[in-house]
Amino acid sequence: MRVLVIEDEAETAAYLKKALKESGHLVEHAADGETGLALAEGNAYDVMIVDRMLPKLDGLAVIETLREHDNRTPALILSALGEVDDRVKGLRAGGDDYLSKPYAFSELLARIEALARRSVPEEAETRYVVGDLVLDRLSHKVARAGQSIPLQPREYRLLEYLMKHAGQVVTRTMLLESVWGYHFDPQTNVIDVHISRLRAKIDKNFEKPLLHTIRGAGYTIRVGGS
Amino acid sequence: MFGTAAALAIAYIYWNTSGLLERQLEGAIQAEITGLAEQYHAGGISQLTRAVAGRSRRESDELYLLTDRNGRYVAGNLTSVSPNLWNTVGQIEFVYGRPGRGGPKQRLALANVFRLLNGYRLIVGRDIEDRRRFQTVIWRAFLIGLGVVALFGIVGGIFVSRSLLARIEEVTATSRTIMSGDLTGRIPVSGADDEIDRLAENLNAMLDRIEQLMTGLQEVSDNIAHDLKTPLNRLRNRIEGSLRQGGGEAAYRDALEQTIEEADDLIKTFNALLSIARLEAGAVGKSMEDVEISQLIQDVAELYEPVAEERGVELKTRIASGITMRADRQLIGQALANLIDNAFKYGVSNRSTGGSKKAPSISIAAKKDADRVEISVADHGPGIPKNEGERVLERFVRLEESRTPPGSGLGLSLVAAVTRLHGGDVRLEGNKPGLRVVLSLPMNSGSGGNPAA
Repeated sequence: MRVLVIEDEAETAAYLKKALKESGHLVEHAADGETGLALAEGNAYDVMIVDRMLPKLDGLAVIETLREHDNRTPALILSALGEVDDRVKGLRAGGDDYLSKPYAFSELLARIEALARRSVPEEAETRYVVGDLVLDRLSHKVARAGQSIPLQPREYRLLEYLMKHAGQVVTRTMLLESVWGYHFDPQTNVIDVHISRLRAKIDKNFEKPLLHTIRGAGYTIRVGGS
Repeated sequence: MFGTAAALAIAYIYWNTSGLLERQLEGAIQAEITGLAEQYHAGGISQLTRAVAGRSRRESDELYLLTDRNGRYVAGNLTSVSPNLWNTVGQIEFVYGRPGRGGPKQRLALANVFRLLNGYRLIVGRDIEDRRRFQTVIWRAFLIGLGVVALFGIVGGIFVSRSLLARIEEVTATSRTIMSGDLTGRIPVSGADDEIDRLAENLNAMLDRIEQLMTGLQEVSDNIAHDLKTPLNRLRNRIEGSLRQGGGEAAYRDALEQTIEEADDLIKTFNALLSIARLEAGAVGKSMEDVEISQLIQDVAELYEPVAEERGVELKTRIASGITMRADRQLIGQALANLIDNAFKYGVSNRSTGGSKKAPSISIAAKKDADRVEISVADHGPGIPKNEGERVLERFVRLEESRTPPGSGLGLSLVAAVTRLHGGDVRLEGNKPGLRVVLSLPMNSGSGGNPAA
């Protein structure tokens, strides 16, 4: 996908460009807010990564201007300010996600891939299907190979989120934020334990596992692969 | 100022007193004249002469003189009178000679002079020498008094301003030593319990607080030096060691992965430090909202449920329903998560302390107590020794026994900071055996402005 990176710090920008290209994405880079805004208005990107503090035009102002011009390109805000208040400000300005520095690249990648996916209208999807696993969003029923699987409400929401992003990597933080609505670190490996519970229900009695752990990044649900 | 007021008061008294005396005197003379006039009307000049002669014999201040139309003496006790006295009519003050021991004395008198129809003249008066002396005495007393007052005023003024200036100079001197870096200096309190003492006490209290904060800051930076530098050093050692050893791609990958893990831990510690600093500065808290505390606690407990199950720990919850209060949802969640995480780390890891074979348990409770909400997390671990008490709430403090499990030593300090931000306090209680941490939060916190103050 086409990614626009608006970041003034040269080394960070170079690293992001390289890493994103290696992940198979097309990257364009702007070193200040004005250039970034011009690029975003003149081209169609799948997602943009915007540093919060930029020369000439502040990152939040770039996003606000784009939204005023009805440009809905999903935007991930990068910031050294990581408090909840700053996050709220960023999202209010029209940002779609917020990541505070320092971050792991895997986290960034997972998030922008999730954002790009989000720009596809999802309301129409009443059911998610991954292999023989089916999640019905209307009846809240889950079945695998025609066999009904009873899930706790939280497990259902966990699976729903994973299936919505089927084939993509979903990080622990993303799960904590989206499924639980928590923006804090629960210290213990709580998410792993929740995942292994879910895995026991949807994968245990079946030949091919669908829920995979991606080392150093998070989880993904997909057919086949490691 | 005081001297002027005193002078005015004394002058008022003086004029009033002497005025009163004068009026009394005039009244007496007037009465005398009225009496003599009656005598004259009743019996003519001869009766008047008798009356004057009779009254003159009395030993008193009263002065009389009756003369015929040629100015010759007829009766009275006034003998030597200046001739020009006769040219005046009405009230007059004059000096007369009075026989006394050691010759005649010049004395002051006040008199009324009358001309009678037949050319006779009558002088009725009073000796006012004593009064004059009295006046002089008062006048002198007045002047002396004024002088004394002025003297006291000036001396006192100099004294007060000297001591005031000296005390202000003490404040200046103290602040100068403090500015030069010595925070232990305090302004002396005189014990007079006056405004300056109160100022000094307040300034000293402020200095105490500043010193306390500075000491805290000092401790924190020392701890940062230790708790951030140690892992940084470990990180560096690992990279260096791996470079020196070589060992091919697999070994490098392994070392790098460990490095990332350590870096992540460092970031976590750093984030926690920043959060605490921001909480203590009161910079957070704009996201206060009405939070269903019961639901929040239930949710966080549920988040840890599978962990408890996996580790064979019984997670008990006793959460009163329907508690709502103004709070920062994320912060309270974080505080609770830290407490539960601590309970898992320190409260159940050491199973031998439990004694019995019973499964270890963690209890999470919330209840409404009058206008406060009490949230508690309790375990049956080794607890905290009495003498370590509140120390564990401080930054980076990790008890020696708990050095083994991973942790930054910031968990409980973050809990304490969050609680303070909500205007509440943290209590550490024994759980016989174990530890119970209680967060006592006022229901109306957050509505009263900045609770960090």
